Amino acid sequence: MRHDLRLSGRRRDAHQYAGNVTSGLVYHVRGLEKSYRGADRPANAGIDLDVPMGEVFGLLGPNGAGKTTLVRQLVGLARPDAGLVSLLGHDLVVDPAIAARLVSYLSQDEVALAELPVRRAIETTARLRGSRRSQAARLAGDLIDELGLAEVSAEPLVRLSGGQRRLACIASALAADRSVLILDEPTAGLDPVARRGVWAALRRRRDERGATIVLVTHNVVEAEAVLDRVAVLDGGRIIACDTPGRLKTAVDDSVRVELVWRADPPLHDPTVGVLARTAAVDGARWSLRLDRGQVRDVLERLTRGPIVDAIEDFSVSTPSLEDVYLALGGCHDDLERA
Amino acid sequence: MTGGVGVTPVRSEVRAAVRSSAPGPRVSLWAGVIAVTASQFARVRVSRGPLLFVATLQSLGLLVLMRGVVHRDDVGTTSAAVAGSTLLVVAFVALNLLAQRFGALRASSALDYYGALPVSPAAVVLGTAVSYAGFAIPGAFLTAVVGLVLYGLPLSAVWMVLPAAVAAALALSGVGAWIGLAFPRPELATVAGQLAMTAFLFLGIIAPSHFPAVVRAVRDLVPGMLAVDALARSFRPDPDWAGITARLVASAAYGALALVAAGRAFRRAIDR
Repeated sequence: MRHDLRLSGRRRDAHQYAGNVTSGLVYHVRGLEKSYRGADRPANAGIDLDVPMGEVFGLLGPNGAGKTTLVRQLVGLARPDAGLVSLLGHDLVVDPAIAARLVSYLSQDEVALAELPVRRAIETTARLRGSRRSQAARLAGDLIDELGLAEVSAEPLVRLSGGQRRLACIASALAADRSVLILDEPTAGLDPVARRGVWAALRRRRDERGATIVLVTHNVVEAEAVLDRVAVLDGGRIIACDTPGRLKTAVDDSVRVELVWRADPPLHDPTVGVLARTAAVDGARWSLRLDRGQVRDVLERLTRGPIVDAIEDFSVSTPSLEDVYLALGGCHDDLERA
Repeated sequence: MTGGVGVTPVRSEVRAAVRSSAPGPRVSLWAGVIAVTASQFARVRVSRGPLLFVATLQSLGLLVLMRGVVHRDDVGTTSAAVAGSTLLVVAFVALNLLAQRFGALRASSALDYYGALPVSPAAVVLGTAVSYAGFAIPGAFLTAVVGLVLYGLPLSAVWMVLPAAVAAALALSGVGAWIGLAFPRPELATVAGQLAMTAFLFLGIIAPSHFPAVVRAVRDLVPGMLAVDALARSFRPDPDWAGITARLVASAAYGALALVAAGRAFRRAIDR
């Protein structure tokens, strides 16, 4: 609008903000493309995405799926080759710097903070987000308590274990309240207790403060536990996007069977020979997706006669997001299941 | 596949989000410089002592070495030797170490941390430069005092070390940061930083009058040379204060341009 051109920077911000929050969307992404020089395929190839306010939205996919490239564009660090990225109505292609004033971003590894003591790392991040010194000190204290970092608060991050260091980086990302949090694999390397602590901290920010959270993960357990909706990425494209529950209904008629062999699998057995054709093999562990109707018959054959002696362990589980990913044509097998 | 909205958030959540989703404040250049400087001082608290010791020892060694070959009565030569050795402490830290630091940050994608904060690249570069150059200043003073005594020059102008070190630090750290951010590989940045410091060493501790005309013509383009000349002139018995001031201002302007270039290199390095 012509009138906009005459507005001062601050008034223009306010005007744009007021006009766009009413849409209820935090991110509106269309036709996003990004390629790197020398790569044989685009990192992002036509991504369309909407993230509403107050949602915990996930990007799930294996390494190399294009998740980090996508979030670097969502936080204004990388410019798209083509397409639109709108953050609360602000066009990030035109004004990428506005993202830093709206979003807290946690990258995969915060090397810049490595040599700082934990408390100082959190305080510095808060101050660089515009908090006053006293505010930053109070925020650091609160976050140290919330994430259980009191014992190591004076230690430089570089001297901490991988899990504690990741927690300190998460604390820095949460410093200074932002309404949008984008966290790239925040719980990678955390033990289950710390992981649940982080999930709880994120939920608090959503439930009590209405924060919108975009979470990058390649952990299917995390995706199912904390996400309202998940976009599954593969080869730079979104191959599915819905709630974890609805995505799993697509593979509801199947069951996952895990087999662990004591020694070499008895491939001469007809049943084992047939299963070998579709099993995902990881050492002595076979992972199979079978139709519900088949399972009883297959288990009976395996647990009857001499074959059972060759089996160390087996389990049967309902389908996970990993099964959804594979059913949708995902071709990588490095999703985490822990 | 479109990632369309599949869940309608609770209305109260949306209202809360709307209330809190106005853009946060921009961080001013100086607030950013102060925060970055403070964090960098905390970061290098442990390694500061050994680095300062090495940088100062190198300059003191040069002074002693040159004392054997320089005639004490040649004020032009002795003042250049003292001024060059003094600011070499700053050059070691600001050129060499800063190029390494930014090269390492770039290589490990650590610039994303700063790039995702509402602080300008200039503040990050300047704050890091101030902290690195800041802990070189005591070593520069020590080197100057030892040099002035060793070469029989008056100690009255030793205070000039401070403005000269600041002017030199601006130019040297701007170039050091630019090298670290502009070179695609950290090893190349380290080599380039080392070469730049070697150029400073050769051209800085020898009086310009000893060089051929063609070298004198390009000498001023080497970062920090204007500040070295200003400091050398202030050590002479008849300082030309107007010329000294002009050189310090020119050195600071050189530094400002180098910092702008480093800021641009910072943005390009992030949008890789």
